[in-house]
Amino acid sequence: MNSIIMSLENVTFTYAPEDESVRPAVADLSFTIEEGEWIALVGHNGSGKSTIAKLMNGLLFPNSGKVTAMGKPMSEETLWDIRSQMGMVFQNPDNQFVGATVQDDVAFALENNGVPHEEMVVRVKESLRQVKMEDYMDQEPHHLSGGQKQRVAIAGALALRPRLLILDEATSMLDPQGRMEVIETIRELRKATGLTVISITHDLEEAALADRLIVMNQGHKQLEGSPEQVFRSGSELIKLGLDLPFAMRMTHLLRKEGVDIKGEHMTEDELVDELWTSYSKM
Amino acid sequence: MIEKMIFGRYIPGDSIVHRMDPRAKILFVFIFIAVVFVANNALTYGILLGFTLFVVFLSKIRLYFLVTGLKPVFILLIFTFLLHIFFTREGDVLLSIGFIEIYEEGLRQGIFLSVRFLVLVFITSILTLTTSPISITDGIETLLGPFKRVKLPVHELALMMSISLRFIPTLMDETGKIMKAQMARGSDISSGPVKERIKAVVPLLIPLFVSAFKRAEDLATAMEVRGYRGGEGRTRYRQLDWGFKDTFSMALLVGLTAVLWYYRT
Repeated sequence: MNSIIMSLENVTFTYAPEDESVRPAVADLSFTIEEGEWIALVGHNGSGKSTIAKLMNGLLFPNSGKVTAMGKPMSEETLWDIRSQMGMVFQNPDNQFVGATVQDDVAFALENNGVPHEEMVVRVKESLRQVKMEDYMDQEPHHLSGGQKQRVAIAGALALRPRLLILDEATSMLDPQGRMEVIETIRELRKATGLTVISITHDLEEAALADRLIVMNQGHKQLEGSPEQVFRSGSELIKLGLDLPFAMRMTHLLRKEGVDIKGEHMTEDELVDELWTSYSKM
Repeated sequence: MIEKMIFGRYIPGDSIVHRMDPRAKILFVFIFIAVVFVANNALTYGILLGFTLFVVFLSKIRLYFLVTGLKPVFILLIFTFLLHIFFTREGDVLLSIGFIEIYEEGLRQGIFLSVRFLVLVFITSILTLTTSPISITDGIETLLGPFKRVKLPVHELALMMSISLRFIPTLMDETGKIMKAQMARGSDISSGPVKERIKAVVPLLIPLFVSAFKRAEDLATAMEVRGYRGGEGRTRYRQLDWGFKDTFSMALLVGLTAVLWYYRT
């Protein structure tokens, strides 16, 4: 049994506590995340998913309910200790680049946490190698592509050797290639280190890679389960304003046209495999 | 035009001047500015000019590059030189063409002032040309360190400086984008009377300000998440290394001052 790294218990948060008519951004939400899991939090705009990210690292505190991270209840006292164990990557690659060069940016969190200089040099190299950006040590941010900047941001988070990495829409501003780069980096990291990852996204292709999905709608948890389980309720997802992955959508449309497809396919390759083998069976 | 300007530009390189500690370079420039005023005759100004050219030689920056890059400064230089020549009326008359009379003292003053100006511009340009902005910031932060005692927010100032430097290209890009967007909507910035052009800048500035504030907010969040709590208890990734060459440069400066002092009249 793995240890629980993050748990939310009956958390409610509203941006306008004095105004009753405003729907809380997050309402009575509970979930737990175990060490080593890859969780995707999905939902359309305004579903409360970014608010959850802010609640998880203490940028916001819930109006009611309890947030527990790394086994400690989130409070003003434990805040910095908890933050030093989790990394976070945001949406806009430019607006989270603090340092003047790649290596300065990666070192920023280390400097803040008082890591000695010799140790810093080692860790900066190590984390840049993990995201394959070690050749860009001295580059300035405006010479990097969006995907590269996001990888540097991941390296900056990794330098602290966190137990948990939160990606808050980290791929949504990237071009398809940049998105692939970032997703590939996360996959490799997970394989190499078993890092716990929470990715907040409205891209279901990205979410399909996760171990578990939590689908948010209007501040509530709508669905929870493995990608296969969640995607099975296809029409419900579409009602929530989410786009199914291409392969799933294709399957639905083909079935509608009377093509008999057996499995639920998460990726294009799987679907293609079934299609061409089924034709040869006929 | 802007590409050719070398004010505040950094040219990466590997000369001895490039490798000097930024603190030494900043101190050097400040002391040098004071020392320049010790010179007061042909010999001392000559020594000063020679010394400056020696520094330029050490920095491995081509003199031609320096001269073409500082063209606007030379216009100013020639202007002040001419002012001195025509308006100083002391000493013997050297030349008189019609109503224009050039006096000996005028020529002397003109040349001296030009040399002084040239030397100052060269040395300060060498500082910015051979030191990356981030190193200059580091240097200033450590040099101002003692002022922390009198509650000067040294760390914050340095961080502000480095973040501003970091965001200059980002905001330049943004300005370009907004400009194109406004042009696509029919706004005309590059022609018309000055008053109209100034008016046309407003729709450029407002979106730029809005986005800059948004960026600032995002950046603040990102910094907080990465554990930024102000200067206290922070360690530094960039280490400054005061070596022999830095001490030597200071000694050289002391030597120069002594020589100038000896030969001045």
